[in-house]
Amino acid sequence: MDKIIELKNISKAFDGETVLDNISLDIHDNEFITLLGPSGCGKTTTLRIIGGFVYPDQGDVIFMGERINDVPPHKRNVNTVFQKYALFPHLNVFENVAFPLRERKLPKKEIKEKVNKMLDMVMLSGFAHRRVTSLSGGQQQRVAIARALVNEPKVLLLDEPLGALDLKLRKDMQQELKKIQKSTGITFIFVTHDQEEALSMSDTIVVMSEGKIQQIGTPQDIYNEPVNAFVADFIGESNIVDGVMLADYKVRFGGQVFDCLDTGFAPNEPVDVVIRPEDVDIVKPEPGVLQGTVTSVTFMGVHNEAIVDIDGFKWMIQTTDPVEEGAHIGISLEPDAIHIMKKSKYSGMFGDYSSFSNELDELSNPGGEEEE
Amino acid sequence: MRTANRRHPQNGYRMALAPYSIWSALFVVVPLAFIAYYAFTDNQFAFTTENITRFFTATSNIVQEDGSSVEVRTYLLIFMRSVKLAVISTIICLLLGYPMAYIMSRAKERTQKTMVTLIMIPMWMNFLIRTYAWMTILQDTGILNGFLSALGLGTVHIIGTEAAVIIGMVYDYFPYMVLPIYSILAKLDGRLLEAARDLGCGSISVLRRVIIPLSMPGVISGITMVLIPSISTFYISQKLGNGKFFLIGDAIEGQYVANNLHFAAAIAFILMLILLVCMAAVKYVTARYVYGGDEE
Repeated sequence: MDKIIELKNISKAFDGETVLDNISLDIHDNEFITLLGPSGCGKTTTLRIIGGFVYPDQGDVIFMGERINDVPPHKRNVNTVFQKYALFPHLNVFENVAFPLRERKLPKKEIKEKVNKMLDMVMLSGFAHRRVTSLSGGQQQRVAIARALVNEPKVLLLDEPLGALDLKLRKDMQQELKKIQKSTGITFIFVTHDQEEALSMSDTIVVMSEGKIQQIGTPQDIYNEPVNAFVADFIGESNIVDGVMLADYKVRFGGQVFDCLDTGFAPNEPVDVVIRPEDVDIVKPEPGVLQGTVTSVTFMGVHNEAIVDIDGFKWMIQTTDPVEEGAHIGISLEPDAIHIMKKSKYSGMFGDYSSFSNELDELSNPGGEEEE
Repeated sequence: MRTANRRHPQNGYRMALAPYSIWSALFVVVPLAFIAYYAFTDNQFAFTTENITRFFTATSNIVQEDGSSVEVRTYLLIFMRSVKLAVISTIICLLLGYPMAYIMSRAKERTQKTMVTLIMIPMWMNFLIRTYAWMTILQDTGILNGFLSALGLGTVHIIGTEAAVIIGMVYDYFPYMVLPIYSILAKLDGRLLEAARDLGCGSISVLRRVIIPLSMPGVISGITMVLIPSISTFYISQKLGNGKFFLIGDAIEGQYVANNLHFAAAIAFILMLILLVCMAAVKYVTARYVYGGDEE
């Protein structure tokens, strides 16, 4: 795969506050790449630098081998689907999609053909003469996609495009976007704070935090081999405990020694140990296994989610077995359930479920959905 | 309370509306009815259309520059002159006001507030005083000519010309053009401008294809708010035009002062009808062809 966009040592500060700190990233042709991170991590700024709306303080933006730092947005072969669609309210659906074509002064017939083709693709053929303000959120979203794709850009930038849609619609649009990306072969750069969205759609995920790239990899890499506590916590649920790497394939935590698959650490190096809640097996509390007390159980449909207190550290365990609150249980871990990470500045900040409660979660987030 | 209000949401609404309804009836509808009544009656309050026909048929002789005199329809001439000066003033207000409103809307918030205040301050001063101020500026021996001759540029004769009347009108009604346009532009979603640039528009294209169409509601209300009062304005023409450019507002005032209440009412009535028809036409056109024209 060829590199289509290269970001080289990009830094950006707004009012003295660093938003991007020496970011370097290669984006390949034909790929679906997602910039993932919490709000304020710099993902949108990265996108806006590629789009040409933000000028980097330092570093170079390379597009197909050419430095484009000084190229204004309207001369870049890149189009954007904006967060809240940014459709033109004074134009109808057809004219919104035709907008970039009219700017290029294409013949009327060609405009009509291209726009109708795009409206077909996003399944809005009957809506050409509707006002955009009369459309539902999902329909507006489709118009925005059609408008951004009608110019056949090399790269499509998508800034949290599904953020304003409800869950069901969001799932549908995820599938559809993925399909459109495959069929057009256009490189998609997708920004989101939703890790599930990132995992299900992307070829490559770039996890960002505090203006830095934490990890770049396939969804599988990111989920199975997170590089630090931040990534492990942000992608899915994780129990992150302190451990010591005794030797290759041997790690000690919770007072027990476990076999693992990790190598390359110094003898007795302190490490972060990640255990995904679904990788934990519940066993009888016999000597030689980790033991703890179940403090709460939540029925989640497919599985039960149990919080287990093991020596004062609360673990989250997802199991299809029945568990009861107050029960004393043992847990067993297969070597491939254990993932070892180097200590980082995020160590100790994440991965303990002692403050976790579904009720609290709802109280602190009454709208259900969090928006940036 | 809560359930009661929910069951009869209309009642509370009507109660709240009542004072305004009474106000409108007393001070808008009744006076209008009086104007219509006066317009169609004579001094003995007997029905007549004579006041109306007089507006269209009254003639007078005007002495031209070469000494010959021509007969003209007095009030139609005055009316057309009013329309001409009002249209010119409105166009000047728009040409000056739109760029200003745009620049304001892109400025920093503090600057925006300061500029809005600066535009409004003259409106706090009595318009007679403002008109007198323009007299002292524009007079042959006034401030402007003093300034020009101090620079060695000679003097200009402005007072008593149509230009002076237009300057006065533009100055008076300028805020009514700037503020509606500014308030629309200030609310303009910046993302739309970014989207336009993203889709290939340079600055001029963004202005032409997005900013101007989206600001049309402001432009239309600005035009309305300048054109209507400047058609019916008076006094400015008397003071800055040296009374040479009698306008329709001056005609109404003159008839009123001369105690021809019925004819004054007839002129006012006709003017109102014409404006009403114009407004309706503007509304009809904008609702069909201009963005936001069908929304109040």
